[in-house]
Amino acid sequence: MEPIVQYKDIHKSFGDTHVLKGIDLDISPSEKIAIIGPSGSGKTTIIRLLMTLEEPTKGDIYVAGKNLWKMEKGGKSVPAKEKHLAEVRKDIGMVFQHFNLFPHKTILDNCAMPLIKVKKMSKKEAQEQSKQMLDRVGLGDKYDAYPSNLSGGQKQRVAMARALVMKPKIMLFDEVTSALDPELVGEVLEVIRDLAENDEMAMVLVTHEMDFALEIADRVLFLDEGVIAESGSADEVINTSDNPRLQDFLRRFRD
Amino acid sequence: MFDTGLNILSYLSQGLGTTISIFLTATAISFVIAFVAGLSRLSGNILIRGFTAFYVEIFRGTSLIVQLFWLYYAVPMLFDINLGSNWWVGVIAVALNYGAYMSEVVRTSVVSVDKGQTEAGIALNLSRFQRMREIILPQALRLMLPEFGNYSIQILKGTALVSLIGLTDLLYYGDIYRSTNLSEGPLAYLMVLVMYFIIALPLIWLSKKGEKIAKKGVAS
Repeated sequence: MEPIVQYKDIHKSFGDTHVLKGIDLDISPSEKIAIIGPSGSGKTTIIRLLMTLEEPTKGDIYVAGKNLWKMEKGGKSVPAKEKHLAEVRKDIGMVFQHFNLFPHKTILDNCAMPLIKVKKMSKKEAQEQSKQMLDRVGLGDKYDAYPSNLSGGQKQRVAMARALVMKPKIMLFDEVTSALDPELVGEVLEVIRDLAENDEMAMVLVTHEMDFALEIADRVLFLDEGVIAESGSADEVINTSDNPRLQDFLRRFRD
Repeated sequence: MFDTGLNILSYLSQGLGTTISIFLTATAISFVIAFVAGLSRLSGNILIRGFTAFYVEIFRGTSLIVQLFWLYYAVPMLFDINLGSNWWVGVIAVALNYGAYMSEVVRTSVVSVDKGQTEAGIALNLSRFQRMREIILPQALRLMLPEFGNYSIQILKGTALVSLIGLTDLLYYGDIYRSTNLSEGPLAYLMVLVMYFIIALPLIWLSKKGEKIAKKGVAS
């Protein structure tokens, strides 16, 4: 199957820090990928590049065959303009560690506004679809609440509904449970599990919830010092890899 | 004493119209300047950014009274530009001066909205304009309110300088009154203060209200 996303020799530096040192990665439609690895290994940067929140220092990313960061102009390849980025990233959605809900809008408006503005949907249609999605994540009774009145777990579920209702083909999860109190992690993972099992979209999870990641992912990537050090099914990565740094990393999680 | 006070007040009130009309017009224009200049300083275009930075620093870095004299005496002679009546010169000088200060309020408020808000906007594929209009400005505006309240009070006080280019405002009538009733000078100026304070009262109330709105408006 044609990959929906391709990373080709992606490098990223922040100042003198070389965070990603040559990432090659194909993501198939509907594939569920978990990225694990020590902090500072560049896990988050990988998905931020795809969301166009950071620009790669070197290399190309293709989304559905289109070069994300470059466009054709007069037969030449030039850095992408805002319009090109918008066109290519329209199938990508993202959920953030700190939710990033819009505090001045109700839960319903948080979900409906992008549908109205970006998808040019009627207000009625946008609210209808938003309500359905909020129901799905278990927040059917909170339409008119503001984010500040919700718990962390509820906020994160709203953020997921807001991203999902845009119907992305690729959904990125950036440590979505890291900012939550331990007792609220479960309700968020439950939603992700539901998506992983029942939804066709590709998913990339950057996470510290090791057991969860291994359980739902089709493929696990172990990122270490800016390169993909191991890649395979959860079973392969956990049980058959003899990469000492991976073993060390997993041991620290088991303790 | 009391009667004299009332007398003075009714005399001063002749200047009320000028003070208030200059205050209101200059405030309205300075708000517009504040937004245009404040957002221009965040523009991706280096020329626009540079030009606005130049304007803001010049007008913040020199005194209002000198700017007023420049516009009134120097600019018409040097460039053969007629700014209209001295009422307009007063309005323009006050608006340019405070617009420069307030543009910094706009700029810093926009910048201080959490970066995650912009990132969420990008992730939802909102355009740059839509992000500004739907996400950043509504939040930044709340941060601006208390400062805008403060500056509107300052603008009111700043309008007193227009008496120096011959405008017949509150202070102008205070001066006239004192020069014809020298012994009542202290009382006359006391009444001038009282009048300014009374006009400022609703502004003080408004900026308090602005502070309250700002407090509950933004949180993540």
